[in-house]
Amino acid sequence: MSAFSAAFVYLNDPYNWTSARGIFFLAGQHLRIAGLAMLLALLVALPLAVWLGHARRGGGFLLALSNVSRAVPTLAILTIFAVTPIGFSIWAPVIALAVFAVPPVLANTYVGFREVDQDLVEAARAMGMSERQIVVRAELPLALPLVVTGIRTAAVQVAATATLASLLGNPTLGTIIRAGFGQQDYGVVVAGALLVAALALVTDVVVGTVGWAVAPGQKRVPFARVRTRRAEAAGVASAR
Amino acid sequence: MLSGALLAADSAPNPWFDFSWVGDNWSTIMPLVGQHVRLTVISVLIGAVIAFPLALLARRAKGLAAAVLGLSTFVYTIPSLAMFAFIAPFTGLSETTVAIGLVLYSLVVLVRNFLAGLQAVPEEVREAARGMGYGAGRMLLRVELPLALPAIMTGLRIATVSTVALVTVGVIVGQGGLGQVIIVNGFGANYYRPPIVFGTLGCVLLALVADQVLAVVERVLTPWTRQGAAT
Repeated sequence: MSAFSAAFVYLNDPYNWTSARGIFFLAGQHLRIAGLAMLLALLVALPLAVWLGHARRGGGFLLALSNVSRAVPTLAILTIFAVTPIGFSIWAPVIALAVFAVPPVLANTYVGFREVDQDLVEAARAMGMSERQIVVRAELPLALPLVVTGIRTAAVQVAATATLASLLGNPTLGTIIRAGFGQQDYGVVVAGALLVAALALVTDVVVGTVGWAVAPGQKRVPFARVRTRRAEAAGVASAR
Repeated sequence: MLSGALLAADSAPNPWFDFSWVGDNWSTIMPLVGQHVRLTVISVLIGAVIAFPLALLARRAKGLAAAVLGLSTFVYTIPSLAMFAFIAPFTGLSETTVAIGLVLYSLVVLVRNFLAGLQAVPEEVREAARGMGYGAGRMLLRVELPLALPAIMTGLRIATVSTVALVTVGVIVGQGGLGQVIIVNGFGANYYRPPIVFGTLGCVLLALVADQVLAVVERVLTPWTRQGAAT
């Protein structure tokens, strides 16, 4: 029996879903770690990026940050947090994943706010808007598509890397892959891989759809739009 | 079980930095560093060899470009651990498993950058070359490639740096280069910190060195970009 048909047999067995350490439990843990990490990252990155983008400074620092973050393996940071005193609590993977979710949110939000037409900001100021009103009512709507792109990139990345936390003993969907390798059962390995990949793709689609729904202005085909914006953002991040 | 593990980690000396550990375990570490470098170089090279014709094809037809970019976005969304898990049933617990996964990821970055570089060649330049009697092959080699080189090199640098980081996940099939040091010699050996810190710093250092090497290669290959900016 090939690994792929064995994987479907595994996924078809309700026991594998509902048992104490089954797929539902692991998916719940996976989403809990990923969700907390995203929340933490957004709390840190969004205010900082809005402030820097509104003031239009710190671009070099953010560029360096996103370049350096690419060079640091997520697995290494996960392991380092796992051997600190907070290791073995859920906070070790949460903080490690948040560290990697910050750069994309920071960079995209920063660019979104910085690229707002300065004439518009001037006009808003001339109309008597306070700085706070300028940020919320003039800049935010225009920057929103890029903000969403950043959040989407980060969310997909966090959902994907939460898998790695299984290598450090945190139960996530990656635990199934790991157990499969441990039992030399490639059916279980592939079943785990299918679940992990599906979760990442669903995260991408859900965050993309939510972003499309909250974005102001004309609504066109959601995914074509987001993709071009993401390509632009990637171009910005990689321009040296 | 967990509290017992915590106690064991806290009672034994467990410093963050211990350079004598590196010296004592040199013969274990070096083959793994070698594997890390080998996997990175092979994956990016094969990725580049596949990406270039793909980018050329995608440039010809708009529909094909959309398909290639869409597929590559899809590939990039698949988590690395799942990717290796999909490949392992075919190639087992081998370096090949890791290399195939890494080729796919580097391919995504490379095709995008190669395509962007080729598409950025100004139409007038192509027109001029055609007017001077350049055929398609000679134009590609003498006109388009040199102009696309900065974008190509940027792609290679990004792909190399992210591949260095991704090799560590190969630990799931026992072929993770410095990831083995981090997980097996460090985390798996009673949460011993020196290997973890060494593996992490080693990865970052490898990535930075590779990035700088490629930056130098780019400077050597594009002498014309320096003439204006030199003074």
